[in-house]
Amino acid sequence: MGTVLAGRGKGNAMTQALWSLFWITVFPGFLFTFSLGLLATWVVRKVSALVQWRVGPPVLQPFYDVAKLLGKEILVPEDAQRIVFIAAPLVGMAGTLLLSTILWRVAVAQSAFVGDVIVVIYLMVLPSLALILGSSASANPYAAIGASREMKLVMGYELPLVLALVVVIVKTGGQLNLAAIAQQTPVYSISGMLAFLVSLLCIQAKLGFVPFDMAESETEIASGVLMEYSGALLAVWKVMHALMLVALPLFLITVFLGGFGTTGCPLAWSIGKYVLVLVLVILIKNTNPRVRIDQAMKFFWVYCGIALVLAVVLAAIGSYYDINWL
Amino acid sequence: MNWRIRALKKSPWVFHVNTGACNNCDIEIVDLLTPRFDVERFGIKLVGSPRHADALLVTGGVTAQAAPRLREVYRQTPKPCVVFAIGACACDKGIFTTGYHMVGPVDKIIKEIDPNAIIAYVPGCPPKPEAMISGIVKALSAL
Repeated sequence: MGTVLAGRGKGNAMTQALWSLFWITVFPGFLFTFSLGLLATWVVRKVSALVQWRVGPPVLQPFYDVAKLLGKEILVPEDAQRIVFIAAPLVGMAGTLLLSTILWRVAVAQSAFVGDVIVVIYLMVLPSLALILGSSASANPYAAIGASREMKLVMGYELPLVLALVVVIVKTGGQLNLAAIAQQTPVYSISGMLAFLVSLLCIQAKLGFVPFDMAESETEIASGVLMEYSGALLAVWKVMHALMLVALPLFLITVFLGGFGTTGCPLAWSIGKYVLVLVLVILIKNTNPRVRIDQAMKFFWVYCGIALVLAVVLAAIGSYYDINWL
Repeated sequence: MNWRIRALKKSPWVFHVNTGACNNCDIEIVDLLTPRFDVERFGIKLVGSPRHADALLVTGGVTAQAAPRLREVYRQTPKPCVVFAIGACACDKGIFTTGYHMVGPVDKIIKEIDPNAIIAYVPGCPPKPEAMISGIVKALSAL
């Protein structure tokens, strides 16, 4: 109490710190994104069930799953690198949390800084990196196969994702600020549309959904990267995945679809955009078979790469001659 | 009631262990997981690793070769967990009662390493998917 009342400047700093804490832990941060993410996980399972002509799980199923995993025993393999094995899921979740908080702050408070689009690119790699670290630390041959596939997949989709962002940056006139990018809608143009479609597939790979789930394929390599994780640590991975299910579509909306408006009518429109991106991802997931890792690499580097080089050229021509639809 | 068990009953993830079954029970288990029976309604999900499992669906009368593996898989499963002996062989060796290579049944092997293991029996040769659902529901409500 004394410190709060001790002086106006100090009090303000205190309030500022408390607000930052609130931002990170409650509102757009952990609690909100966690609940929304688990709800999105339910939507994924329910829509998949409807596609397969069945009823599917109840709304609270992801919450039950996480609660159950928290109550289970944590087993650490004998040969595992204990510290890395335990720290990896926490690092992955913290990175995803930071990513979603930055994106929500752009949406809710329009607060952004120059170059945050680059920070976001780096933060988006963190979950995959943590997954690779954790599975390599578990000393399991299947997990090692999973880690190597995940590594190749990351190398595969990072190139088209960065090229897609180059298209956006060219279209928006060299903006590196997410709040400024969110003011525009690059998807209403040929190059923007191409970049959006390719990034959608990159998001699919980042989420580890079919057809790009070769790193955790359950039937061939017994859950691959997650194989040795049990109990609360597995729950942390599941929560990280749920957070990604919010953050990555939000990223696409911010960058390509004109941002996430949060007041009045734009809010409904924004929720519509989120549902659209999520349902597109789910439908791709449910209508495709799993591809091999070499097929995925070829797809991302050759086909997506060529399409995006074309898109970058179109965007550059468009911005040079002021043709908006190119 | 213990909240761990409560949550477990809401989302039992199952792992399938074959200890020398004739494949008939395995086909019925795969049948159980098809959209027709849709066990995801009850939160039941097939997982690829015993580390993720809450229930082991064990088929077969446990051959001498399979017994050490079954023990290992049971040790690898985080507790609390439930063991389901699916089919006549898993329950009491079925027609292989006098077989020289049979060291089972399942409950004997599991109880050797964990006397307090929770074991449920679903008899039948093979049991129908409906019987398995009924067995799982009965076992979970008895927890």
